[in-house]
Amino acid sequence: MNAAVPATRNGTPADATAFDVEAIRRDFPILHQTVNGKPLVYLDNAASSQRPKSVIEAISRYYENDHANVHRGVHTLSQRATDAYEGARETIRRFINARDTKEIVFVRGTTEAVNLVAQSFARTGFQPGDEILISALEHHANIVPWQLLREQIGAVLKVIPINEQGEVDFVEFEKLIGPRTRLLALAHVSNALGTIVPVEKFIKVAKQHGVPVLLDGAQAIPHTAVDVQALGCDFYCFSSHKMLGPTGMGVLYGKRELLEKMPPWQGGGDMILSVSFEKTTFNQLPWKFEAGTPHIAGAIGLATAIDYLEKIGMDRIAAYEHELLVYATERLSQLPGLRIVGTAPEKAAVVSFMLEGIHPHDIGTILDTEGVAIRTGHHCAMPVMDFFKIPATARASMSFYNTREEIDRLVTALEHTRQVLG
Amino acid sequence: MDLKDLYRDVIVDHNRHPRNFGKLQPADVHADGHNPLCGDRLTMYANLKGEHITDVKFEGAGCAISVASASLLTEAVKGKTKSEVKELFDDVHALLTQHDATVDPAKLGKLAALSGVREFPARVKCASLCWHTLNAALDRAAEPVTTE
Repeated sequence: MNAAVPATRNGTPADATAFDVEAIRRDFPILHQTVNGKPLVYLDNAASSQRPKSVIEAISRYYENDHANVHRGVHTLSQRATDAYEGARETIRRFINARDTKEIVFVRGTTEAVNLVAQSFARTGFQPGDEILISALEHHANIVPWQLLREQIGAVLKVIPINEQGEVDFVEFEKLIGPRTRLLALAHVSNALGTIVPVEKFIKVAKQHGVPVLLDGAQAIPHTAVDVQALGCDFYCFSSHKMLGPTGMGVLYGKRELLEKMPPWQGGGDMILSVSFEKTTFNQLPWKFEAGTPHIAGAIGLATAIDYLEKIGMDRIAAYEHELLVYATERLSQLPGLRIVGTAPEKAAVVSFMLEGIHPHDIGTILDTEGVAIRTGHHCAMPVMDFFKIPATARASMSFYNTREEIDRLVTALEHTRQVLG
Repeated sequence: MDLKDLYRDVIVDHNRHPRNFGKLQPADVHADGHNPLCGDRLTMYANLKGEHITDVKFEGAGCAISVASASLLTEAVKGKTKSEVKELFDDVHALLTQHDATVDPAKLGKLAALSGVREFPARVKCASLCWHTLNAALDRAAEPVTTE
């Protein structure tokens, strides 16, 4: 079966050819090593991206020169740390075009952002029988928090089906949304298949029903420009480590009027204005949701990653990665017995595939001995695997520092895999 | 790490042509095994006469290591007693996990082909799933086993 090759997008080739990938690769120290005696080919970017020198150095510089706790001391270091931490919030606000830094809440990652919305917004506002609508494409991070909520308050979880191409079924969505729907929680881009979900049209219908929308943007934001005001979503969740920043860091964007009404979900230092044993007054947004000493270096690293991405330009990144996707899809489709899983016309640079008669786990091991790093397994999206009636896939996910030559190396390594197990 | 150490000819052969593959009907004991990390699923069946395993079969789907290991297991345990099987499992486990394992290769026979797995720690669970599952069947454990 041949997969549909995504169309080349118009109006971008000039930009894409001017893309100096070799210069970019020099900024990423980790890429320049051998693994099992072969030059590393890192194609597991949907699991976690790598970091440019500027991010690594910004974190070191912070710890070497400026570290102290934030929002507390009157001394110089505390002021510097606070300025850097809050400066990072402004960088992120600008990057996603939020109206106000009060709408940028720092969390540990996408997973924590979704859990925060579930435990604060939904748990206190929803009634038994209220419905949360998700899709069959979701990562476990946008499934399990809602199942926990279902246990806690008796909410109902409804799932929009997907089709054989891996697209979310819009017609079914229009049937499922109704008077009891209290939230639409949707992946912006599928981690397992790469499908770019046309969230704009889903949001439009949700708005007609007065239903707030949460987007899981973990896989979208590293690869495309995101404007939360243009999207009109109410919550947008993403992780730093998939967009060149440190691990353990992420962002919940929420519309101010919603965040204002939401109660804190964790208590502690930094999230209060005053505490006595009789009464505690909570801090303002966004600190109301940031209990305890935050990941200061994480915020600084993320802001530096954003500076790096913006210097290249999100549009140029998207155009170059799309070229890689088209090339990888063409090359892989030519391999006998290879089936691409997820063939939506609009995809991020992710190719999930099966090789006839060879288990994905064996592919992963053999590719590793050739220096090629891919992900194999269910990609934390077991319902997606169940839909396609497969236990797992092999997944190559590309970033703007990958090259056509690396995709050639992947293809050669897959041919070698077949020789070993053929 | 040499790939040929992991995917030895014996392993590739048993993956392509698994022995004793299919359902044993009727079976005195059986158990399901699942490795959620990679999705491997196996069912082990056995018939017993007293302490002796008179017949053993397996079915399921998984990676080359898990299928070959299950196939080799069925050949190795037929005719053995339950306690001999447990002893053999200890030896196989040592072979899979310890570099300085002092297991006599002659005792293991074809199972020795699994020794390359220890160079690939992520794959040890693939090779041991069938053994855990057979143990569960022999213990008549009601719960399905998992290697997670």
